[in-house]
Amino acid sequence: MTFHAKVELSLWLQRTRDDLKMYHKEKSIQIKSSASALYNNLSVLRIAPRNLTYFSVVHANMVNMVSASWDGLNYSHRQLQSKEPNVTTSSSLIMQAAWCVLPYREILVLTSQKGIQMYESDGSIMVYWHALDTPETPTAQAVFARGIAAVRDKYICVGISSGSVLVFDVPSKGSNITLSEVLEEHKESITDMASECSGSLECIADLVSADDSGNLSVWKSGEDFQLLNKIPGFDMSCSSVKLWKGTVVAGYGTGQIRLYEAITGIIHAEINAHARWIYSLDIAPFSGLLLSAAEDSLVRVWHLTVTPETNSVEIVHMYNECVTDTQICGAKFCDGDGYAFAVTGYDLSEIIRYTQA
Amino acid sequence: MSMTTLPLVFINLGGEMLYILDQRLRAQKTAEDNTQKGIWSEDDRKRVMNDIIATMFNKAFMEELLKPQDVYSHRALRTVLTRLAHASIMRLNQASMDRLYELMVMAFKYQLLLCPRPRDLLLISYNHIDAIREFVRNTPSVLNQVDETHRKIIEVYTPLSDGELQLLRQTLLIFLQDMHVRVSFFLKDKVQNPNGRFVLSTTGPVPHGTEVPGLIRVFSRSGREIKRLEFPTEGNYTSSIRVGSFELFGDRVIRFGTNMYSATPPEETHTSKNYSQKTNSEPNPLAKEELNLLARLMGRMEILNQNNDSEIGFRVSLFSTEQEEKDIVASGRSGDPSFEVINIQATQDTQVNKELARIAGEFTKEVEEPEPPDGPSNKGEDLLTMMDELV
Repeated sequence: MTFHAKVELSLWLQRTRDDLKMYHKEKSIQIKSSASALYNNLSVLRIAPRNLTYFSVVHANMVNMVSASWDGLNYSHRQLQSKEPNVTTSSSLIMQAAWCVLPYREILVLTSQKGIQMYESDGSIMVYWHALDTPETPTAQAVFARGIAAVRDKYICVGISSGSVLVFDVPSKGSNITLSEVLEEHKESITDMASECSGSLECIADLVSADDSGNLSVWKSGEDFQLLNKIPGFDMSCSSVKLWKGTVVAGYGTGQIRLYEAITGIIHAEINAHARWIYSLDIAPFSGLLLSAAEDSLVRVWHLTVTPETNSVEIVHMYNECVTDTQICGAKFCDGDGYAFAVTGYDLSEIIRYTQA
Repeated sequence: MSMTTLPLVFINLGGEMLYILDQRLRAQKTAEDNTQKGIWSEDDRKRVMNDIIATMFNKAFMEELLKPQDVYSHRALRTVLTRLAHASIMRLNQASMDRLYELMVMAFKYQLLLCPRPRDLLLISYNHIDAIREFVRNTPSVLNQVDETHRKIIEVYTPLSDGELQLLRQTLLIFLQDMHVRVSFFLKDKVQNPNGRFVLSTTGPVPHGTEVPGLIRVFSRSGREIKRLEFPTEGNYTSSIRVGSFELFGDRVIRFGTNMYSATPPEETHTSKNYSQKTNSEPNPLAKEELNLLARLMGRMEILNQNNDSEIGFRVSLFSTEQEEKDIVASGRSGDPSFEVINIQATQDTQVNKELARIAGEFTKEVEEPEPPDGPSNKGEDLLTMMDELV
């Protein structure tokens, strides 16, 4: 049976047989406080050697961290607060929390109105703090950090509301993290960033950054990061972006998803995917499954095929899940194959999980 | 997060507050002894509205709000809104203010959540301003303030990008997070679930600028479209409707932010229609009995009411009977009613009052026109007066 026929059959079966749906809802994980309406508000870290998965969800000035054992029996919770330089408790709002996976360590990064906090992966120790330049009296232009990506072996990149991208150099252990470079390309606030996640060393582009006007910048990492390409946005805010096998997948406030060839900016495909603002995209790098989630209550699963030799990209719709009465703010695969995914929604105090039948 | 949320917070919350106050004051007649002192005339009501609006749209107040700053805490916001409400001769008791705040905030949360695009938050704000303009259309000085403020708002917010407006919306959603007060009004309309969460529809027109989901377009390297695929969407969307006006005047198109309290509730409309039909034919012989029953029931309510009322005169208990509290806010809180609530349809419709007065008039064999509610002259009129006062 051809792949295409399999997809057709799968779609037909989804509609007719509930037990043959591609994904089933699993037991939700309760979190200590509800998710805030922020882009990409879910991060997942799979720790295979310990049969654990970590989840993190932002609530206002806090991050809810849950560690879930794979047998579903053990859950442990931790809450991290945003930090302010000179007060003990902070009301500074957190914009995003995400794990950065580097060859020798995983760092949990929190970005807030005041700065950037970096922790060891279990959130137990803060290893680095970078304060943002905040003016004495507040200005109309909001100040915050947003957009987090681990790049190649040793960089963590974080976006800023001014449009700058901070590049941090991270050693294989310890807290000697330094600010290596500031990339000044974007003029609007950074919304999201993504690094090449296929694992392939052949891809030239390492990082894509997105901003509030939908502009995308494609970078090559190194001692000095190099701007490879700029893809214009036409004032449609790009809230979530992924980079896989040299293809940029971008989700916009209009509900559209676009696929571009990173180096050239050539558009492969445009999907009228959602009826409201897209809040989260994710790719399962081993299978090419793509996850999109929006304020319209829908999570959609797609299948991407990228053939670099022929420069061709195919996208096929696989599955829909409607999370009733919920504006979804985070959706991530829990593993590299896309066997399971997790979802968060505004005002929901749970992480909803789905796994393949 | 956004530093320019406060002006919109006050316009929208203040707008909702004014809608509620207007509706409650129209229904309110607080006199216990039929003297003029406690009755809220139309002039009183207009004066209250004018005073509050004049304070809210005061130039200095607005300038203060327009300074870049974080959104206030709930406590601070409530304090300022209470002050605003008390900018007039009206005084609200604690319970009324609590209920009022919850109602305002839940209405705003509903509007924020369901607003199709972040930019539509401005249209919602302009709907509120349009209605406020109507309240003060006969007071040129205040009307002028409202216009000036509206111009300023247009000036400040129009240049913001969609992304910045979304950030503003996200900031406000964080502020309103975890509030799930159930509002009878919303529950009845099925826009809110019994668990307090709002219903998000997956049908209807898409927002302006969004395409109806369901299409994949594939392009060649030269940019030419080479393939179209459709996919199932699990929703039933239609093309977007026209955009509302962001100018000083104009059709805003979206209905969020308009006065949802001004429409007569359907069941009451239904009831009053029945009455008219009966009286159009011939006088209902049971009408007198009905009036007597009502009088007895309301007499009991009146006695019970005395426990609730604070000083007479200028004090207002917006939701003065437990029944009315339940009518407006069904929050399921632990404020136990200390007495039973009688579920009578105390009419708020002056049309019905007129008809009843006419019936009563026929029974007492007095041939005169139905008098306005505060001019008692016969038994029927007494009862009607009491009904009006207690509603």
